[in-house]
Amino acid sequence: MAVDSKGALTAAPRETLLSVRNLKTYFPQDEGTVKAVDGVSFDLYPGGTLGIVGESGCGKSVTARSILGIVDRPGRIVEGEIHFRRRAIDGGAEADRMVDLATLAPNGPEMRAVRGAEIALIFQEPRSSFSPVHTIGNQIDEVIMLHQQLDRRQAREKTIEMLRRVGVSSPEERVNQLSNQLSGGLRQRAMIAMALSCNPSLLIADEPTTALDVTTQTQILALMRQLQQEDGMAIMLITHDLGVIAEMARDVAVMYLGRVVEQAPVDEIFHAPRHPYTQALLRSIPRIRSGPRERLTPIAGSVPHPYDRPSGCPFHPRCPEFMPGTCDRQAPSLRLVGDQHAVSCFLYE
Amino acid sequence: MLAYIGRRALLAVFTVWAISVLAFVIIQLPPGDYVTSYIAQMAASGSVVSEEEADNLRIQYGLGRPIYVQYYKWVKLFAEGNFGMSMEWKRPVTEVIGDRLWLTMVVAVSALLLTWVLALPIGIYSAVRQYSLGDYAATFVGFIGLAVPNFLLALVLLYLGFTLFNANTGGLFSVELQDAPWSMAKAWDLLKHLPIPALILGLAGTAQQVRIMRANLLDELRKPYVVTARSKGLTEGRVILKYPVRLALNPFASTIGYTLPYIVSGSIIVSLVLGLPTVGPLLLRALIAQDMFLAGTIVLLLGVMTVIGTLVSDILLVWIDPRIRLEDS
Repeated sequence: MAVDSKGALTAAPRETLLSVRNLKTYFPQDEGTVKAVDGVSFDLYPGGTLGIVGESGCGKSVTARSILGIVDRPGRIVEGEIHFRRRAIDGGAEADRMVDLATLAPNGPEMRAVRGAEIALIFQEPRSSFSPVHTIGNQIDEVIMLHQQLDRRQAREKTIEMLRRVGVSSPEERVNQLSNQLSGGLRQRAMIAMALSCNPSLLIADEPTTALDVTTQTQILALMRQLQQEDGMAIMLITHDLGVIAEMARDVAVMYLGRVVEQAPVDEIFHAPRHPYTQALLRSIPRIRSGPRERLTPIAGSVPHPYDRPSGCPFHPRCPEFMPGTCDRQAPSLRLVGDQHAVSCFLYE
Repeated sequence: MLAYIGRRALLAVFTVWAISVLAFVIIQLPPGDYVTSYIAQMAASGSVVSEEEADNLRIQYGLGRPIYVQYYKWVKLFAEGNFGMSMEWKRPVTEVIGDRLWLTMVVAVSALLLTWVLALPIGIYSAVRQYSLGDYAATFVGFIGLAVPNFLLALVLLYLGFTLFNANTGGLFSVELQDAPWSMAKAWDLLKHLPIPALILGLAGTAQQVRIMRANLLDELRKPYVVTARSKGLTEGRVILKYPVRLALNPFASTIGYTLPYIVSGSIIVSLVLGLPTVGPLLLRALIAQDMFLAGTIVLLLGVMTVIGTLVSDILLVWIDPRIRLEDS
């Protein structure tokens, strides 16, 4: 992470894979504008894993969709930059180059060439994330044929090979099945096979294990880690489950109401959280060493309604460290407080 | 797949049998039998039916024998293409229906095709561009199409055609070709006359289907598999047409079954207004005149059309949604 003379985050050094700066994605509605993502910044390095945590509605998924250019109408990116390192074209004639995805037309040819091939997405709903009326094979073949110069037969071979790699038994038969003939865990495996079939440099996993039972969850996370080691892709892991973060992520960004409030390596987040929100979040989860009848501390108040955002720091109405006159007047910006630790809070300014 | 179609076809045959029983009951409902009403008809028009002729007719139709024998004889005559005599027209039913049957089919099928050709793209557009100007326009025209009775529309079009173009827009043929034998010229004449009745008959259905398509597609567009398809990098058009539209087509296909006969029986007033030589007006007259062989035959034909339509939509549905086949087995 780079800082300018005033300590604010600046453009990242060249080796980042993805560097998001001040991203704002708004949904204009009749009742008012929903600022789903309101100034998000973070960096992701090749082969690294960045966990993004936050409560429901904090803008995690919209951030992911903004990167892919698939924000639902009427939402759109109104400001900010998404620098992504595109892969070198085969033969090495052209070196890899940075592209600002925020400036590309969401359905233009360049964005579509990135989507599915270099950035892939898997998400929560294993039940409905496959079309119920097309076979699994048909849907995986499609993405392979779209991004690689392969005919139908070669694509089908690749599909079977991918399914085998993610641990689907008898893939030759599974390819011809519909998604409702597969269990939740198998569906998520097939989803991973589809996402990785074009060997992306970034995998965005949006709550990939939320809908699965704990055993399957562990298996899927292990599979993702194994595939990451083999293929060297970076993973952006979106979840509200701090356990999953602890197991998977190297770096963590904590989001609250459309902003990153704290970003740090995973150990620092768990052992030395700086932002009051992160501290409160950690107090609200059960601990293995806690006493038998010890109560959890919930975060005071509730997440504000999207049309009714608090002024200043969005967390101030719920914050135990609220400083009247400061926190409700101005919005803090993300500043470095340690080597790789950035916090957006007036306590550290 | 074949087993599924086979099962459906078997059910269809059974349904046709049930319909034939129903048609037979309709024919049997009026008091007296066919021969007594035939004799009465003949007497009314001044001719006399001899005892011998009456007996022959009774034997031919098996009257006086048990009801199931009568039914059997009736079905047997059917297989020979003999649907009995029309009391009112004093001609065989086959002759009375004649060209009307397939002209009816031509009108119904073209109304149905027009409905689909208009409703599909408009419905898709309305859903994908929800609350756009085009969506509001389609909704407005759609509700007008639903609210205006189609015979009124027929009258308006007739009037406009007559005053503006001095053309008679009624009928399916030009006057000079009305009774001419079939030729290329007559077929072309039919094609030229077809759009107006097809449009009038298809409009309410189109409006309805646009609304159905729009509502279904709006539901489907929110499903996660659409996001999956988008995240693959497919073009937006391909995403929409391959995935959500295919699922939204389901109710479209399942309505074919009853749309076909609905267009036939629902078109009676329009057919009268436009002077279309279809079976609709014939059925109305047959029912009023208690012309039971004619009425029974038409009811049977409508029933068979429904069954064929349903079979077609069943087959289309398995193609659209393979899950149906799995549930069935």
